[in-house]
Amino acid sequence: MADLLKLNDISLAYDTAEGVLPVVQNLSLCLEKGHIGCLLGASGCGKTTVLRAIAGFEPLRAGSICLGDTVLSEVGVQIEPEHRHVGMMFQDYALFPHLDVARNIGFGLRRWDKQRRKNRVAELLSLAGLEGWAHRYPHELSGGQQQRVALARALAPEPELLLLDEPFSNLDVDTRERLAFEVRDILKKTGHTAILVTHNQAEAFAIADRIGVMQGGVIAQWDTPYGLHHQPANRFVADFIKREALMAQRAQAYLRGEAS
Amino acid sequence: MNEAARAPAPALSRFSQELPLLQRLRRIFTPRSGLLWRVAALLIALCVVAPVITLVWFAVQGSLEHWTHLLTYVLPHAMRNTILLLLGVGALVICLGVGSAWLITAYRFPGSRILSWALLLPLAVPTYIVAFAYLDILHPIGPVQTLIRDLLGFDSPRDFRLPDLRSLPGAIFLLGFVLYPYVYLSTRVMFATQAASLLEAARVLGESGRSTFFRVALPMARPAIAVGVSLALLETLNDIGASEFLGVQTLTVSVYTTWVTRSDLAGASQIALAMLAIVAILILFERYGRRHQRYASTQRARSVQARQLHGAPAILATVLGLLPILIGFVAPALYLLNETIKHFHTVGAVSDQLLLSGYNTVKIALIATIVTLACGLAVAWAARAIRHSASPSTTKLYARVATSGYAIPGTVLAIGLLSPLMLIDGAAGWVWEKLGNAEPGLLLMGTSIALVCAYVIRFLAISIGGIEAGLARIPPSLEQAARLLGETPTSTLRRVHLPLLRPALGAAALLVFVDTMKELPATLMLRPVNFETLATWLYAEAARGTYEEGAVAALAIVLAGLLPVILLARSQLKPTH
Repeated sequence: MADLLKLNDISLAYDTAEGVLPVVQNLSLCLEKGHIGCLLGASGCGKTTVLRAIAGFEPLRAGSICLGDTVLSEVGVQIEPEHRHVGMMFQDYALFPHLDVARNIGFGLRRWDKQRRKNRVAELLSLAGLEGWAHRYPHELSGGQQQRVALARALAPEPELLLLDEPFSNLDVDTRERLAFEVRDILKKTGHTAILVTHNQAEAFAIADRIGVMQGGVIAQWDTPYGLHHQPANRFVADFIKREALMAQRAQAYLRGEAS
Repeated sequence: MNEAARAPAPALSRFSQELPLLQRLRRIFTPRSGLLWRVAALLIALCVVAPVITLVWFAVQGSLEHWTHLLTYVLPHAMRNTILLLLGVGALVICLGVGSAWLITAYRFPGSRILSWALLLPLAVPTYIVAFAYLDILHPIGPVQTLIRDLLGFDSPRDFRLPDLRSLPGAIFLLGFVLYPYVYLSTRVMFATQAASLLEAARVLGESGRSTFFRVALPMARPAIAVGVSLALLETLNDIGASEFLGVQTLTVSVYTTWVTRSDLAGASQIALAMLAIVAILILFERYGRRHQRYASTQRARSVQARQLHGAPAILATVLGLLPILIGFVAPALYLLNETIKHFHTVGAVSDQLLLSGYNTVKIALIATIVTLACGLAVAWAARAIRHSASPSTTKLYARVATSGYAIPGTVLAIGLLSPLMLIDGAAGWVWEKLGNAEPGLLLMGTSIALVCAYVIRFLAISIGGIEAGLARIPPSLEQAARLLGETPTSTLRRVHLPLLRPALGAAALLVFVDTMKELPATLMLRPVNFETLATWLYAEAARGTYEEGAVAALAIVLAGLLPVILLARSQLKPTH
């Protein structure tokens, strides 16, 4: 299938008081339509900055970002976030506290006609398993429910691409894995293309079709989960994957020891 | 690699060429450039500096003779009075403000809870009203002096009378008792949030209560005191009514009389310039305080454990705490209430003129509030929306400039606004005549537009401050979420931020509304002919010495002034309970 999202040699940097601070350098990746990609890396490796650049909140210093046939960003020119057909789920969910669940989900459907909007909101409420919660306010919901509202809201305007910024980091460990599978199910059911950013390997492997291991502003390897495990491109990827796996094993062993 | 990077370029240039006009226009108003908001912020900042610039211009234009005349006859006397007044009021507000703040923080005694917020009440009484009330209360044949004579066994004011209130010490006394809450508030917040561990450390190290105060608490509170005192002194410099009623010829009064009785704009500008110099010193003083306050506030907040007082010390503490409230609020408020009731008993109704000036006051305060909030919103939103853009510092500068209007005394502002407003009036009249109309009126000076301009400039800081604080509580992700759901920055403001800002906007609106109602000096100088507000009505009554309905107007102003005090008491002092 054709590639939907293309990042061509993009570089990103922040202006600080001391000068320009480079964050991402010559990063390229392609994502097929209907696939779920993931940027995996420790904090500060630039993965969230890449996501913000795709959303249109960071200007490019070099390279270009294309979605289908449209150029979203180039040096000096960028389409405004509201015209990109890109949805995003934020780390803090960013639910509007003054709107109830139904109006949060319907926020991006202002230009739709009333009946269509109503149907779409109902459809998403059931997709997210939130029927009966339509008129609750965000602060009345649990963390997992808030997260599903955020997902439903991002999907409502039928974006071509969905961005997920550390979507599970605010949840406790148990719900985290369950929800990772739930989100994958929802995205696969609706056929959405998505990019996820996380520092948690288990999440990445649970949800993604393609994973990019990031280090110091570059992608060390962009591959399937299978490929990462069995053919790591270099020492860093191998260590990164192994170390996390090792830690997970140790933690499990420790927990088993505690239990017995 | 190189070719791959260049590949999308043709597509892109096609994209930007084919952009229809409407979309190109929309791009101009987009968030990243944020041009519309930035231009608005720039214009508003220019409006704020305009009066200062014209003031300097006119002062320099004035001939040398003017200067020498001023330097020999007017300035030395007025300058001396003003500086003595500032020094006296400064000393008094420090004693009252710091003393009461320490009393409330360090000790617990009967009524201390109530006193902690009641000590703010004198803020509701404008300086000209406290002078208006006390001139009558302490009149040689007024209630207080009669009572004292009765107690001491004198028959007539000729045998015994208190020193005349109409003097510099009298003015210092009255202004000090209504302005001390500025110091009380800033110092109390400092004591309540910062002091705990340090004070306890001092006590453990063997200092007594009193020496803890002088060796630890007072030095620590110095920045907070600086902030409070400079605000109180800016208010003192702004005052025209009290000085005028009490016969103290200050710089403010000189500016007013130079313009109103002698129509001497250059002379008034020159005196106003001298006042601006004092304002600059006070602002530097305040900035100094705020800078140091920021460093101090990095520690964790914990309240001081207050010491319970019993017996005589407890009674003494209650009396000491009550005294400033009695003098600064209760006595004048009761006096005004009594006079109002008397007036209704004898006359039965208020005059139409008073009703009209009340209506005028509410109307112009409403208009000024709406414009001030709109301008404040524009400046605060510009400062936020362009945060990621290339020039955030310029927008921050606009916000800084736009908030500096609060420091310009009303008379100085009015003198500075006169010439630009008359210039615009002249231009508008010229255009009007060229269009074939006869006898142009004054567009700005003849209507209350000039007044609204002055109010907006003076009170913009309140609305910008409130809105910026409100915006700071809204996470940026909400803005980004709205953008990705298809909203432009402006519609994001409408659909997300405005609803969430409602409490902040409401509080700012209340503060601006009441401050506008109370404003006297600029109103006196810029109002159209025959346009009276409650404040100018009161001023006229006091100037005529008729005192008939002045008390009714004054009571209305004090009652309105209570609303922001309640708001302040709730927001500032709640966390420390």
